[in-house]
Order: sequence, then structure tokens, then C-alpha cells
Amino acid sequence: MDNFTPVSALIGGALIGAGIVLLMIANGRIAGVSGILGRAVQPDGPEWRWRVGFIVGLIGGAALASIAGVAPAAIEITGSLPLLIGGGLLVGFGTQLGSGCTSGHGVCGLARMSPRSLAATGVFMASGAATVFVMRHVIGG
Amino acid sequence: MRQIVWAVLAGLLFGAGLAVSQMANPAKVLAFLDIGAIPSGGWDPSLAVVLVGALIVTFPGFVLARRLNKPLVAERFEWPTRRDIDVRLVAGSVLFGVGWGLVGYCPGPAIASLAWGRVETVIFVLAMIAGMVIWRRTLGPKTDAPVSAR
Repeated sequence: MDNFTPVSALIGGALIGAGIVLLMIANGRIAGVSGILGRAVQPDGPEWRWRVGFIVGLIGGAALASIAGVAPAAIEITGSLPLLIGGGLLVGFGTQLGSGCTSGHGVCGLARMSPRSLAATGVFMASGAATVFVMRHVIGG
Repeated sequence: MRQIVWAVLAGLLFGAGLAVSQMANPAKVLAFLDIGAIPSGGWDPSLAVVLVGALIVTFPGFVLARRLNKPLVAERFEWPTRRDIDVRLVAGSVLFGVGWGLVGYCPGPAIASLAWGRVETVIFVLAMIAGMVIWRRTLGPKTDAPVSAR
């Protein structure tokens, strides 16, 4: 486990949690990114404005952390063009159909002890692990 | 306006957390999902620690929020109310997991990593938004009602 980074993972996780708690205490909203993005790009009222603000913040926060040197200066993307497009379509469609992603179900839902979110998190973790297994050890192996 | 400012601040914290924890790096996420690498010692459990770190803050934070009468800048708390496990939840989560495993991006990290300016990220995010629009136009809620009625 040479690549295991528990300290930055714990600190980064706590920052994510702080953002989630702040959005709830200030705006009274769950910080589920798939829901926020889905409603920001297909507005159904004036609430799209805070949603776009949150998305701008996400990008800005990552940029600031990288510039400050507390996050990697580069990221590694291995997916080919068909995988990027297919993966993006599946993530977009699947998170809307399943009403959430790693933030809405995985963090907010588990913090609320919601059985619905626990089920969703177990399913997408298993599905993601199975996909990587096939890609790396069945096809790639 | 105040809601926008608070949302930007919340997004900044969330985005910084994704960057610091390296969850905005797809290779890092795929290394967590790669349970086939456990026997060889190549598995990276970092993402599980990120989840723990987030829950350590979110759990007590939500307990505190529930004791407040109302949020700082909104009329009421919008807590999710559904607790049922239905076919859509499971099917959607399966599809999401496959897409996540193909590239290593889920929605939050995909958006945050636009900060690194990679064209691959832009392609993924555009495809993800297209997937959301396709859902809305096929299985999504009917939006025939006039805007005032919604």
C-alpha cells in the first residue's frame, strides 16, 4: 500500500464535511453534487443561482488548494475518448435515476443514517469495483 | 444573494477537500476501486479514509443543524424524506458505478478537477451533463405544468 495517503485523505475528507455542513446550516440544503448540477443545468426556478455558485466554488476551491501547494499539481486521467464519453453519460444518467452520488448518498445519506442511501452507496461501490476488476484484471489482464 | 455567497463558500471548502484528499485525481479513485490489487499490495484504501473524515464532521454537523429552527439564509431545512429502496435507486446506482469505474470520476471530483484544465475532464463533464439531460427527457419528472404551478 505504498500509495496510501491517510493524513491528506482525513484532512480532505473533513474539509468536504465542512462544506456539506455549511450548505445545510446556511442554505438548508443537502450538498449532493449530482442533484445540484442536474438542477443547475436544467433550471426549474430561481434556485439555479446558488447551485451555480456552489459549482463555481468547487472549481475555485480545488484551484486554490493546488496553487497553495496542499494538493497535487497534476492529475492522471487514463480513460480513452470513448471511455470518457461513455463513462460521463453513465454517471450523469445513473446519478439522476438513482437520486444521488458519492456526496448525496455516500456522505450526506450515511450521516443521516438513511437506509436508502446506505443501499445506494453499497450498490455503486460494488458496481464501480466490479467495473475496475473487469477492465484491469479480465480485459486488461 | 446571501444564499449564493454561502453556497460559494461551501463549494470552496468542498472543492478544496476534494483536491487535498486527491479524490479529484481519477487515478487515485481507480486505485481504491481496484480490489483485485489487494493480493499484490497495490490497493489504495485512501478513499475510505476520505469518507470517514467527511462523516466525522458531517454527522455531528447534521445533529447540530437539526436543533436549529431554520437555516441562516433560507426559510427551512430541506431534509430528504424518502427512505424506500426501489428499482430506480438500485438501477441508477449500478449505472453510476459502471461509469465511475470506467474513468474514476464521480460528479463532485469531475467538476472540481476542471481546475486542472485538462481537455479529458471537459469531455467527461459535458458527457455527464448530457446524461443528466437525457434522463430528464426520458425517465425524469414530467414538466408539462406551468412554471407558476411548480
